Amino acid sequence: MTDAEIGKILQEELNNIAPEVDISTIDSKANLREAMDIDSMDFLNFVTAIHHRLRIQIPELDYPKLITLDGATCYLASALAKQKV
Amino acid sequence: MVDFRMPSLGADMEAGTLVEWHIKTGDIVKRGDIVAVVETQKGAIEIETFQAGQVEQILVDLHSKVPVGTPLARIRAEGEAPATPPPVAPPVPPPIAGAPPITMPTAPPFPVAPLTAMPARPRISPAARRLAEARGIDLRALAGSGPGGAIVYADVARAVVKAPAGAPPPERKRAPALDLDAMRVAIAAAMARAKREIPHYYLSHQIDVTACEHWLAEKNARLPPDNRLLIGALTVKATALAACRFPAFNGFYRGDKFEPSKAVHIGVAIAIRGGGLAAPALHDTNQLSLDDLMGRMRDLVARTRAGRIRSSELADATLTVSSLGDRGVEALYGIIYPPQVAIVGFGKVVTRAWVIDGAIGPRSIVTITLSADHRVSDGHAGALFLAEIGKLLEEPDKL
Repeated sequence: MTDAEIGKILQEELNNIAPEVDISTIDSKANLREAMDIDSMDFLNFVTAIHHRLRIQIPELDYPKLITLDGATCYLASALAKQKV
Repeated sequence: MVDFRMPSLGADMEAGTLVEWHIKTGDIVKRGDIVAVVETQKGAIEIETFQAGQVEQILVDLHSKVPVGTPLARIRAEGEAPATPPPVAPPVPPPIAGAPPITMPTAPPFPVAPLTAMPARPRISPAARRLAEARGIDLRALAGSGPGGAIVYADVARAVVKAPAGAPPPERKRAPALDLDAMRVAIAAAMARAKREIPHYYLSHQIDVTACEHWLAEKNARLPPDNRLLIGALTVKATALAACRFPAFNGFYRGDKFEPSKAVHIGVAIAIRGGGLAAPALHDTNQLSLDDLMGRMRDLVARTRAGRIRSSELADATLTVSSLGDRGVEALYGIIYPPQVAIVGFGKVVTRAWVIDGAIGPRSIVTITLSADHRVSDGHAGALFLAEIGKLLEEPDKL
């Protein structure tokens, strides 16, 4: 899966939580919780959706790595790569 | 025979518009079944029945706006005899020999559902409309399978499955389910009444939730995201348990007197994107395991944000909890939602230098507050109630 494909999935799942936000205007290094006004329940739903969609484990300890679009793309790419091995 | 009536979903509600029937004549309903959807200032509310039995007659057409208390449908309790057919006959004259017997038309045993005149425009349920808007489905192209040919959610859902994949959803600026302006009017009415009528007093207390955080981290490490808990589940449960021990904070103030509630239904304040707030009830919160409570909270938050609250959830809350979550500030002082008599506020968790057993160390601290009705309780009892919540949160494994 390419970074662009991962980015598209992130965008879709974030839009399920915050339909009114245009993700393309969000700084890829910004804290998503602040930039999109996402609370802890929203974030848990986001993690749950990604977990099911990409079939990867996302321990709670790794949540901070998912907090920016760049970070999340990088984390998920590496998790998917590990899974293949 | 029991009339199922337009419920009052808040002190400020005078009328509601019936937008979906989930029942038809002859259906068997159980207590708690969702039988209709009513549109109010608070959004589309799913209305439950308290009467089990068989639907005898639907009395109000879709899209009618009727005052609170208007009978909407007639439900016959189990074991009750069917409605007596309307008196049929003037006494029949004795048959004359040779004349053909006179037959009187008999009323059908159950009244037939009133025929709805074919609407000029297709009737569309709000849920169906929302789904269609979200997925770009043309409603004019659909045939409705609901009462009177109304287009219901299932019709749109079928169309979504058939629709070519990859059709981009149209631009959306906000979940279309909720009318935030109407919600603001409802909040304004309730809060203005609270500040006019309820003599609030306020208390605050700092509690150490380090044990909760450790317990949650350990528990969640073993769980998939679907089953993970948030600290909000613990604080709501602790408040519910404390309310059992301090009944002066759990119930309603009505008709110049306090009616304590045996049941504890915590109203959970839920922020709506774009600026709105609702506090639907989690029924029997004190009796739910933490896992159940978390599952119900997730469901409640999702439905509230989608504009699908049930009538009992709107009306039943006996005590409200408002949490700022982890991105807010340290304390909030709530306004009581009438006719309740208290609201408990939780600020965000902050790390503070704290003295434990004579040594200073970093601890996770939350400021909890109580706004309570001075007509019902005093600061002394309030302080004990708040302290009890703190004590319960010191031992999360016992919640």
